[in-house]
Amino acid sequence: MKILVCISNVPDTTSKINFTDGDTKFDTNGVQFVINPNDEFGLTRAMWFKEKQGASVHVVTVGTAAVEPTIRKALAIGADEAIRVNAEPTDGYFVAQQLAEVIKNGEYDLVIAGRESIDYNGGMVPGILATLLDMNFVNTCISLEIDGETVTAMREIDGGKEKIETSLPLVIGGQKGLVEESDLRIPNMRGIMMARKKALNVVEPITADKATEDAKFEKPAPKGAVKLVDSVDALVDLLHNEAKVI
Amino acid sequence: MSVIVYTESENGKLKKNAFEVASYASEVAKQMGTSVTAIAINASDVDELGNYGVTKALNVSDESLKIFNAKAYANTISQAVEKEGGKILIVSSSTDTKFMAPIVTAKLKAGYVPNVVAAPENASPFTVKRTAFSNKGFAHTEIKSDMKIIGVSNNAFGVHENKVDVAVEDFNASISDSDFSTKSVEIDKVVGKATIADADIVVSGGRGLKGPENWGMVEELADVLGAATACSKPVSDLGWRPHGEHVGQTGKPVASNLYIAIGISGAIQHLAGVSSSKTKVVINTDAEAPFFKAADYGIVGDAFEVVPQLIEKLKELKAQNA
Ligand SMILES: Cc1cc2nc3c(=O)[nH]c(=O)nc-3n(C[C@H](O)[C@H](O)[C@H](O)COP(=O)(O)OP(=O)(O)OC[C@H]3O[C@@H](n4cnc5c(N)ncnc54)[C@H](O)[C@@H]3O)c2cc1C
Repeated sequence: MKILVCISNVPDTTSKINFTDGDTKFDTNGVQFVINPNDEFGLTRAMWFKEKQGASVHVVTVGTAAVEPTIRKALAIGADEAIRVNAEPTDGYFVAQQLAEVIKNGEYDLVIAGRESIDYNGGMVPGILATLLDMNFVNTCISLEIDGETVTAMREIDGGKEKIETSLPLVIGGQKGLVEESDLRIPNMRGIMMARKKALNVVEPITADKATEDAKFEKPAPKGAVKLVDSVDALVDLLHNEAKVI
Repeated sequence: MSVIVYTESENGKLKKNAFEVASYASEVAKQMGTSVTAIAINASDVDELGNYGVTKALNVSDESLKIFNAKAYANTISQAVEKEGGKILIVSSSTDTKFMAPIVTAKLKAGYVPNVVAAPENASPFTVKRTAFSNKGFAHTEIKSDMKIIGVSNNAFGVHENKVDVAVEDFNASISDSDFSTKSVEIDKVVGKATIADADIVVSGGRGLKGPENWGMVEELADVLGAATACSKPVSDLGWRPHGEHVGQTGKPVASNLYIAIGISGAIQHLAGVSSSKTKVVINTDAEAPFFKAADYGIVGDAFEVVPQLIEKLKELKAQNA
């Protein structure tokens, strides 16, 4: 089985968000970048397939040279090869088109992407990708078992979960649940050394349209101070009469 | 060229978010000087959409679409949009719709913007405001493509009545077996209870509740309020509550009118998921807990004392207003 894991390079979850250039650009100053958490669950599930059922695992990212440390981390965790599409990931449609091209050329059985990236939260890349390639698609995937061609996946739905049967080739939008959090891996010294010898193939982007563009950013308005109360009576009164939410 | 809205239903009835997206579509149609056409799948109450500005409703009755299937639904909706010659499609933010919308996006070569929190601010370039960076910021996003899809955040626009006459038409899309290459074999869902996505009120517990055996009072509080229950990430990691209840940057977003956080510290990753909620209440023993900075109302106190009192007080209030 040949697996491709799509990796998005995102600000680490504790990052304070700021904008520059008249609020038109995300300020990367002092921000630590990491593998998108939803992708990290997917990468770990791919490593499980590699180790338990036999699979080759490639990782791909769309990004400039600046994202190489993140994709190297995926190699250090155990991916066999990496691909970087050398382009600024401008919008979800553009990224999906670039990834579709990589997948067409690589003949993957399984493509694991994250449900959404925690920076722009578009959540559209896996679905667009699957549709462009006419592959089966399961989103918000929280478990994945593969037996030959047969796939059993669980996906999260509002208020519960749904079991889905499908077949390869398949794209999933994965998330927490795909593996236990305690199974997520931190690259060790040996992994980091081995990663240096692994191929990081840089491919040039195809011409693709972008459908949307973030023209300007804004931070939420500062919040007023909390009203602290010392009795439940006072709280209920405020919720009922002031906020009018109960 | 009307504005098209996909109005979601469940068990044959339109969902609450259907009326919100219809209200949103109505506002967009007003801005563009056009009308609203809705598409609904297996809903018996499409007439209701007339209360929210929908003048035409395409109603699909199809046994094979009884259970949600992303590809088959996407095909149906794409065909409806094409038939109507629509250039703007409005959808909700439910988990199902977020599964389906990207498929429609690729089929119609559209620009799709999810998590939109306000009516379009500009028609040319067509610009919408959406949340980004897990609710730590907003983006004003221009949709450049001819076909545009807007995913409205739950509770961001609200439901606005606007009574018009609605003409209901049957609509049948051509869908084939290949649309069902992913097959639902089992659904495990709590029925009759509010879900985090739909609820007006969400009651959430954190590690401060000490263990799963203490969730009885959280559920009772949720029951009294008709609320959904939720939790912080460690609580679901520890297996005290199901994964689907975990709220935050890596979990579910909450956009309720009221969010009550009990024994939750308010780490940045948790706050990212709840900042779209309108009123936030925090109950925590630690006056320094970061959540107090993000909250509207707070009680510094022990959950094991405060929550039972709150339940009693709310029961009284309910009895008074009954
Ligand atoms: C990559 C990454 C992603 C993450 N994503 C998320 C996410 O999506 N959602 C999320 O929630 N977290 C997320 N986290 C975890 C987050 O950083 C915090 O660890 C978590 O939110 C803390 O949960 P908590 O508040 O329940 O527990 P704690 O931090 O342990 O806080 C418990 C609180 O309960 C209070 N308390 C204790 N006893 C009582 C009592 N008797 N009555 C009242 N209050 C009491 C304490 O004062 C304390 O404030 C993420 C972390 C990482 C690294």
